[in-house]
Amino acid sequence: MTAMTSDVPPALVLPKWIAPVLLLAFAYGVVPLIGSSYLFEAILLPFLALGLAGVGLNILTGYAGQVSLGSAAFMAAGAFAAYNFNLRVEGLPLVGSIVLAGFVAAAIGIVFGLPSLRLRGFYLAVSTLAAQFFVQWALTKFSWFSNNSASGVIDAPRLSIAGFALDGAVGRYLFALTVVSILTFLAYRLVSSQTGRNFIAIRDNETAARIIGIPVLKTKLLAFAISSFIIGVAGVIWAFAYLRTVEPDGFDLDRSFQILFIVIIGGLASIRGAFFGAALIVVFPLALSRLGGFLLGDVFDSGVLDMSQRIVLGALIILFLILEPDGLVALWDRVRRRLLFARQST
Amino acid sequence: MTFLSTIKAAALSAAMIVSVALPAAHADEQYFPLQSYRVGPYAAGGTGFFGGFIDYLNLINIRDGGVNGVKLTWDECETQYEVERGVECYERQKSRAGAAAWNPLSVGIAYAMIDRITADKVPLITVNHGRTDSTDGRVFPYVFPLLLNPYSETSGIVNHIASKEGGIDKLKGKKIVVLYHGSPYGKETIPIYELLAQKYGFTVQQIEVPHPGNEQQSQWLTIRRAKPDFVVLRGWGVMNPVALKTAVKVGYPVDHIVGNVWSNSEEDVIPAGDAAKGYTAITTQASGNSYPVVKEIVKTVYDAGKGNLEDKSRIGSVYHNLGIVNGILNVEAIRVAQEKFGHRTLTGDEVRWGFEHLKLDPAKVEALGAKDLFHSINVSWDNHEGEGYVTFQQWDGKKWNVVSDWIAPDWALLRPIIEKSAEAYAKEKGIKLRTADDANAVTTN
Repeated sequence: MTAMTSDVPPALVLPKWIAPVLLLAFAYGVVPLIGSSYLFEAILLPFLALGLAGVGLNILTGYAGQVSLGSAAFMAAGAFAAYNFNLRVEGLPLVGSIVLAGFVAAAIGIVFGLPSLRLRGFYLAVSTLAAQFFVQWALTKFSWFSNNSASGVIDAPRLSIAGFALDGAVGRYLFALTVVSILTFLAYRLVSSQTGRNFIAIRDNETAARIIGIPVLKTKLLAFAISSFIIGVAGVIWAFAYLRTVEPDGFDLDRSFQILFIVIIGGLASIRGAFFGAALIVVFPLALSRLGGFLLGDVFDSGVLDMSQRIVLGALIILFLILEPDGLVALWDRVRRRLLFARQST
Repeated sequence: MTFLSTIKAAALSAAMIVSVALPAAHADEQYFPLQSYRVGPYAAGGTGFFGGFIDYLNLINIRDGGVNGVKLTWDECETQYEVERGVECYERQKSRAGAAAWNPLSVGIAYAMIDRITADKVPLITVNHGRTDSTDGRVFPYVFPLLLNPYSETSGIVNHIASKEGGIDKLKGKKIVVLYHGSPYGKETIPIYELLAQKYGFTVQQIEVPHPGNEQQSQWLTIRRAKPDFVVLRGWGVMNPVALKTAVKVGYPVDHIVGNVWSNSEEDVIPAGDAAKGYTAITTQASGNSYPVVKEIVKTVYDAGKGNLEDKSRIGSVYHNLGIVNGILNVEAIRVAQEKFGHRTLTGDEVRWGFEHLKLDPAKVEALGAKDLFHSINVSWDNHEGEGYVTFQQWDGKKWNVVSDWIAPDWALLRPIIEKSAEAYAKEKGIKLRTADDANAVTTN
């Protein structure tokens, strides 16, 4: 990619930070003014939460090469930890409980990352399933986690930072956007640091990494910890900002797969890829379902429509993975390159 | 359907959307957003319930031309019983004007909607299920667990077991196992069983079956070891037939299993075959198609080719009849509100007022063609359940037979527990308790 962009005359190459800054300016400055509550509640909030979870899993799977099927468990750990810190520690600000929840998720991530020291590939994926089942079981079994609520469903507390209430759709969106931006920026810095290069070295060849002096054990556990921290915070956003109620069943294996698909479809080892993947996974089924409902809603019942949407979605994903195995990010870069070349030649 | 006719249908429907959308601003319509589920593990419940609901709305439109001339409209959004899909559907459907009430038929989705519908001031109906303490209208102005909340259901079941044993004092020393669905719905009754066990002196063991419940070998082996006098099946969907079949496998007598209100349908027993013969379950609405209102639906709706159920043999099944009863309750609430606010499209808050004054005594129920289909309802501003009666039905291998009278749950016993729980919720959320005067202040536009 970098080799290709150097073909473009320097005048056309903008500084790297321009695009994200413009995007953020748009997200902060324009979207809250023009967006409808549907846009925030049904599209942007799940997109932000799942995108952040994708960033977390990408650090583990994309950069450090450790496959995990326990993402939903770490999200659940984060959500329930934040709820309990908020409930049980008097006077702890919201940001405090979120950070602590991230650390709880990180601790659980380290514990379930231990098998990675011996296991690789599919075997590791299977062992991370243990996290998935254990966390869900524990949250259901011990009603203390949900404050002995009868149905096991917890109500998210009111969101407020330094006295500002963020209960409305826009408030929750800005809250989620801020958390996601900060963590994504940190993740971006991380993967271009020495630690990030250690992750990649371990992914590409563990033995070689060991020989050049990378502490494999420590680095793998660090990858699990950082990834789980981010996914845990994503769980907090999912629970507090998006659904505003949480039950352990909302974090089942399907959610773990969903996050894994986001990473694969978006592009492994790419921070942007997680958001591309999340956009596809969140927006695409909605678009299909609205289109289907609009065109054929009077002819078929919603069940038939939903089934056919699944078929279309599955077929498109297969097609897409065949045509662009490196994910949406690669596709995006190719399109952009074409455009740049087209401008150059005119 | 051929390609050409699909295109034609699509063009037609597009034309209809345009033609309906234009005069909609003038014609009075009341809209029901239906967050239905027709695929996934709970499709049997979803298709039956929403089928019955839509059939009744159709009946009102075709036979009466709507409610006092106000046409009833609806559209469906598939949730698959999943919370986040339900939330998306809520956000999608609420943009349409004139919404009367929400009926998601899912405890998980209902929980996620409570804050939202309270802010938007549109009632949320959770017939026969839902969050028990939402019965307290002082704290939950817009939530209605109509007919039967989970605690009333539990009280009804325990009273039924007592009557089988020969009186409430005979419960002492007995052992009851509750096999519950691993979902918010399933867990809702855990505390009330514990409490009733303490009060009446029986022991209770509650065992969870993880969603969706198609494997229960270990749970039933535990039950066999525990040797309970009765097993209460608090299931949902595929969990029920599997439970009955597994009970036979481990040798537990099926006539000592009592099903709750979501384990009482034909779809729960027919797949279990002979294993279900002799199984008893609680219900608020009898099954069968001999009731005048069901007959009218067959005549007016199905014979005109507008019926919602694909399989006509399901007309009059438990879920279908529940959908019809739910339709009656929703429509009558609109009628009550129209008498007060005028024969026009009502706001959600006006419909809320209608639900809070929804009183159908047995005579009125008979006039609606639903005598013996359900007993009665008596909702008030602070009692959002409305004192529904229950009955018990037994499966004989072909159909359900009613085996008890209409029984009243022990409301006096339950009310203080519900109030306490609701007040705790109000305190946690900083909600000010509503008074009768607040309930009469209605937002009319």
